[in-house]
Amino acid sequence: MTATTDGGGLREQPAGAVALLELKGVSKRFGAVQALHEVDFDVRAGEVTALVGDNGAGKSVTIKCIAGIYPIDDGEVLWEGRPVTISGPKDASALGIEIVYQDLALADNLDVVQNMYLGREETTRLRALDETKMERRCSKTLASLSVTTIRSVRQTVAGLSGGQRQSIAVAKAVMWNSRLVILDEPTAALGVAQTRQVLDLVKRLAEQGLAVMLVSHNLHDIFEVADRITVLRLGQDVARFNTKQTTQREVVEAITAGTLSTVPGQEEAPVL
Amino acid sequence: MSTITPPLPTPAAAPTATIGAYARRWADNVRGGELGSLPIILGLLVICVVFQVQNDRFLTAGNFVNLMVQGAPFALVAMGIVFVLLLGEIDLSVGYVSGVGGVITALLLLPDGSTPPTALVILAVLGSGLIIGTLHGLIITKIGIPSFVVTLAGLLAWNGVVLLLIGSRGTIVLQDDLIIGFANDFVPEGAAWVLMLLAVGAYAAVQLWGLRTRAAAGLENDPLLIVGLRVLGLFLALAFVVWIVNEDRGLPYVAVLVGLLLVFWTYILRRTVFGRHVYAVGGNAEAARRAGIDVDRIKIICFAICSLMAVVGGIVLASRLRSVDTNAGGGAILLYSIAAAVIGGTSLFGGRGHIKSALLGALVIASIDNGLGLLGLSSGTKFVVTGLVLLLAVAVDSISRRGREQSGRA
Repeated sequence: MTATTDGGGLREQPAGAVALLELKGVSKRFGAVQALHEVDFDVRAGEVTALVGDNGAGKSVTIKCIAGIYPIDDGEVLWEGRPVTISGPKDASALGIEIVYQDLALADNLDVVQNMYLGREETTRLRALDETKMERRCSKTLASLSVTTIRSVRQTVAGLSGGQRQSIAVAKAVMWNSRLVILDEPTAALGVAQTRQVLDLVKRLAEQGLAVMLVSHNLHDIFEVADRITVLRLGQDVARFNTKQTTQREVVEAITAGTLSTVPGQEEAPVL
Repeated sequence: MSTITPPLPTPAAAPTATIGAYARRWADNVRGGELGSLPIILGLLVICVVFQVQNDRFLTAGNFVNLMVQGAPFALVAMGIVFVLLLGEIDLSVGYVSGVGGVITALLLLPDGSTPPTALVILAVLGSGLIIGTLHGLIITKIGIPSFVVTLAGLLAWNGVVLLLIGSRGTIVLQDDLIIGFANDFVPEGAAWVLMLLAVGAYAAVQLWGLRTRAAAGLENDPLLIVGLRVLGLFLALAFVVWIVNEDRGLPYVAVLVGLLLVFWTYILRRTVFGRHVYAVGGNAEAARRAGIDVDRIKIICFAICSLMAVVGGIVLASRLRSVDTNAGGGAILLYSIAAAVIGGTSLFGGRGHIKSALLGALVIASIDNGLGLLGLSSGTKFVVTGLVLLLAVAVDSISRRGREQSGRA
């Protein structure tokens, strides 16, 4: 057990294991725009960590830096305490990071099995697709996640409800030895019952020992499933909370008025 | 799966769907807009009845053989078109690319003392088709010009190449027996029956093997009765075809070629990783890219296959006409081929379709063309009717697509 690698030590953290993924002082600029400024953030196995913030706070940029889509300008990314460079989606999935984007990236014309295996199809010795093997493993994975509402894994994804589609996207992400699953606004387009389905699924992922990073606007959902919350505001992490020891009001205050270490665009002095 | 190893309930031994459940699923699919080959088979029936009532020579053995030979070039070119349509792209150059194929074949086989072996000529022509298609694909993907524009330019340019290649010759008569034999020679009667039995036997074996592996893996199988009916259906259809063509001249070799390529490309599309990726790119290119699929590579290969099949169609057309002239690749071949793929049920919107739609659509097109010809109607009428049928097919596609969208967010 190494000492906690918590960079800023803003709030007390449940002491214990090394964080699975940790960002330390990560910065990212796009020309004149400082998208991220010295962001510290960490995710632990078996926990749901929420990343919240208003529009433009830098949530998506953070995800894309972790995914290796944007190279970071400054700072460090640690995986199990060791510094790593993630320079593309392939690196990310090699580490065991899978991201479920808001648009889910499912091909409507393909069935559930075909979608879950897309890009990683199993083949027989004769280079033909091994449909039986793929179908079996999909059914197993879905059963292990208690996704029971799907009638047949051979129906096309077009015929599934929003919640079912989200479940498929998540199941697809966790099927590949993944250790960290990042969910981008998983409940944004869902109704009440379907949101329930997806939140239950998120909890099960953490129970099974995966690290889950949940990016969302919806504080209600976050308070239901997240263990810890990190608040981004204008590209900086302004607060960290333990869900059990805080209130929605506190989090909202941090989102809208959290203390910034530097004010973006300092040349324009803040008007008082 | 290392992180998630739950205790799994072992599936009950080899469940088989009941006939009722199978029928219900099929009905659900049709209602949800997955029409499959249903509209086209109904359409073919209507066409046969209408023309037979108008002219009792339509459903004769002789005309049936004619229909096969006339439809074959469209079917072959349309098979290539299916690949680009599956991507949601289009290839407008196939007509003149097929013309280029026909002209190169004829030129290389000119009996001028240095004629290479026919097999070598065919390989060279197929190679030129692949090169043409790869070129289209590279321009479309690497420069990022829409396929509509690139292949429209191709339509003009390859027409020009046909004219340049033919030069002042006007018409080149084909004299190679092998090439001419494609469309003008017939499989001996006994051999046709053997071929037919082999095809049915192979199909039955594949079906049974599928049943066994799925049962062994504990996966749900289609009812045995349905599988039996499928095999029986294929047997009856092929037996009918062989019987009727043997009443006349026999089974044209080109029909065997179409059958073999149908099986080959169906295998590529439905049973290989490449085929799966074609569907994925057509269904959601972004999802495909995120899944690590090289989208550009898939597109280039599809355009290469499209031009390859275009030159195959060009060779067969040249074989049927026994010559090529400055009109090679012109006329109706481009539009008939695209229409065949679409009428057969391949969606213009990408991601949905089968190779068999090329064959079914070509049958419809050839039937209309042939039937209206028998009625002595002008080509003006032919084009109008074919155009209306194409419109109808696209309308069915659009409406069933709406059905899918509505059932999609249930």
